[in-house]
Amino acid sequence: MSYVAIADRDHEQHMHDPQTFITKYIWSQDHKVIAIQYSLTAIAVGLVALVLSLVMRLQLGFPDTFSFISPDEYYQAITMHGMIMVIYLLTALLLGGFGNYLIPLMCGARDMVFPFMNMLSYWVYLLSVLVLCASFFVTGGPTGGGWTLYPPQVILPGTPGVGGGIVLMLLSLVLFIVAFTMGGLNYVTTVLQARCRGMTLMRMPLSVWGIFVATILGLLAFPALLVTGIMLLLDSVIGTSFFMPALLSMGEASEYDGGSPILFQHLFWFFGHPEVYIVALPAFGVISDLVATHARKNIFGYRMMVWAILAIGVISFIVWAHHMYVSGMNPYFGFFFATTTLIIAIPTALKVYNWVLTLWRGDIHLTVPMLFVIGFIFTFINGGITGLFLGNVAVDMPLSDTYFVIGHFHMVMGVSPILVIFGAIYHWYPKITGRMLNDRMGRIHFWATLFGTYAIYLPMHYLGILGLPRRYYAMGDTSFIPDSAQAMNAGISIAAFFVAAVQLIFLFNLFWSRTRGAPSGGNPWNATTLEWQTPQTPPVHGNWGPDLPVVYRWAYDYSVPGAKNDFIPQTMAPEDVPTSDDSYDGSEGAHS
Amino acid sequence: MTEDVMTDTQTMAPELTGNKGLVIDWSSDKQAFHVPWGKAMMWIFLLSDTFIFSCFLIGYMNVRSSTTVQWPNPSEVFALSFGGQPIPLILIAIMTFVLITSSGTMALAVNYGYRRDKKKTVLLMLATAALGAAFVGMQAFEWTKLIVEEGVRPWGNPMGAAQFGSAFFMITGFHGMHVSAGVIYLIVVAKRVGTGYYDRHRGGNYEMVEIAGLYWHFVDLVWVFIFAFFYLW
Repeated sequence: MSYVAIADRDHEQHMHDPQTFITKYIWSQDHKVIAIQYSLTAIAVGLVALVLSLVMRLQLGFPDTFSFISPDEYYQAITMHGMIMVIYLLTALLLGGFGNYLIPLMCGARDMVFPFMNMLSYWVYLLSVLVLCASFFVTGGPTGGGWTLYPPQVILPGTPGVGGGIVLMLLSLVLFIVAFTMGGLNYVTTVLQARCRGMTLMRMPLSVWGIFVATILGLLAFPALLVTGIMLLLDSVIGTSFFMPALLSMGEASEYDGGSPILFQHLFWFFGHPEVYIVALPAFGVISDLVATHARKNIFGYRMMVWAILAIGVISFIVWAHHMYVSGMNPYFGFFFATTTLIIAIPTALKVYNWVLTLWRGDIHLTVPMLFVIGFIFTFINGGITGLFLGNVAVDMPLSDTYFVIGHFHMVMGVSPILVIFGAIYHWYPKITGRMLNDRMGRIHFWATLFGTYAIYLPMHYLGILGLPRRYYAMGDTSFIPDSAQAMNAGISIAAFFVAAVQLIFLFNLFWSRTRGAPSGGNPWNATTLEWQTPQTPPVHGNWGPDLPVVYRWAYDYSVPGAKNDFIPQTMAPEDVPTSDDSYDGSEGAHS
Repeated sequence: MTEDVMTDTQTMAPELTGNKGLVIDWSSDKQAFHVPWGKAMMWIFLLSDTFIFSCFLIGYMNVRSSTTVQWPNPSEVFALSFGGQPIPLILIAIMTFVLITSSGTMALAVNYGYRRDKKKTVLLMLATAALGAAFVGMQAFEWTKLIVEEGVRPWGNPMGAAQFGSAFFMITGFHGMHVSAGVIYLIVVAKRVGTGYYDRHRGGNYEMVEIAGLYWHFVDLVWVFIFAFFYLW
């Protein structure tokens, strides 16, 4: 008997189903359980970051009011908020959570190709989260150097958390990268090698495409962060000078000499920019599936969507220095990176057009996931257009390090992916639990979140154009900033508290619907993709029954002319499709 | 993975050549590459690892060109004296020779693995591991000499720029960890070949030997770049 891995075994060979609670839910190798473990951990640590953002908003909205927020604590709050949200929430939830859950189910595999390594990935991720959280409890607290961790200031005395905080932060990042690499190798290999029969690459749902390309970006970009982390760790712990120039600190010459802080920025952003797309591409993919399913229409320009994802992935590696226009690098670099930045807007805009054109004359069902899709498209256009401002060197110079930047990246990288995550949870929760999320609570959650976040981030653009600098603990008496800016800041803070409170409805809905939601059945949205065709809901260990599914068509056969139903599952053979008249010819429709 | 006897569910297109055929081959169902999963995964991992070493080397080159102090001359620092005559880079030359030889024994082991020649496979893998261990041993000797006799530290050295020691210990240390991990990996796989683990659990398939070989050749290749950029420059 030749060796057959779990992802490819048929039912008889598949006899080691976990039985006890511990093997089933704790040390589980099932990709679905690992996905839920990843998601819950990411959401939990994300709530910590949410509370930290409220600390910041208290201080910014009402300076000189709360004595328990010192400048040091404020800087620690902004640093940890940024790092947790970008790495430990968004990356982990979109790739570790959705990637784990969706890839095997949507590709028609029984599991990831190496389930044991997949399990290790989660536990190392959990360890990295614990190490990160441990930095709250060491002497001096977590690092307060800003989420970009720029040397020299991040490891010089005077910055909060210069002793234990920064070391734990860097160790945690290294652990996270190890965890991501183990998971990421699994995702890429599963997509490439373990698809079921008939599932060609050009029939894959765009969710899988987005997660797949994002994972490749991660595998190539995280090495830069790993190297940066190791070098910064050496600089701070044993006194090397990779990034540290000769400088005076507190009136004394430091021990450091001859290093290059710009090198840190280049290495960091060589990771940092692809990271934006590591978060964005899965979101793009998920949105494409949601928009097609809930508009009952095939995605407009599937092939172009795939090529756009690939083009964005490639170009994302040559735009990194647009984060560094004010760093003092060679101005010719600025010209080059501004050009590539504008070029990457083309495939991104193409995707936006295609979502809108999918909605055009579709049979739009305004379900809760669809609301989030529409909210996402608006928000992403807002954030994307302000990105064009910041991508041009001359416009970026005055706007750099102001609230305009904060408004921009929270729109494009904060609110947009979070709206996708919410939409995706409302969409796939029935598959994960077998029950629908409560619709009324979902609608309240959507409208309150959408308007609330706009009340937070739209005013920030005005504050930025006024010249309000970011990262300041308090503005004090600055002559060019009018008093009304402070009033606006107070308004933003109130909106932030409102949005945070609304998320409690969502969390309550998650737990309440787990037992009391309406039973959903296997395919409540009448969707075509494979995960909705599993024999059981929620899918059992091994996902499929005795035989792996066979795929006959692409993922977007909605409202096919001549077919009786407005959707044809990917597993349905052409001769089995129920027809309403003779015009259906059994072929794959417009797509060949 | 059993051979798929059923036909493709796509309508059979006439055989295409050129770019179009390449795309269709790549995007066909089930597998993009006709290799075992472990091997595909090892290739992807090595691609990722390439970026790690590239970042290390680019970082090193950057600090070397940006530092204001004279960079020590590697051929003098890494010279060994025999009979009063210093020979530049002699230890590094021997280490490089040992590591490249180990790639040869590894390639032979893979070859015998395909022929199911258990004894020769195990012996050649152990020889590879021994050569790797010898490499690490010589590296330990080199580190000791630099630290104890020459006074080189990660944060400074008597010969010139402090970044010389920093980059040297970091890059050779990271590579040395790769070699050490590889030695352990080779011993584990050799043991499994020897005790018949793969005969019992993998149907006599020794593909793990080749996967370990991929990793080992990669580690050797990286060393060639470190040798060129750090010692010869």
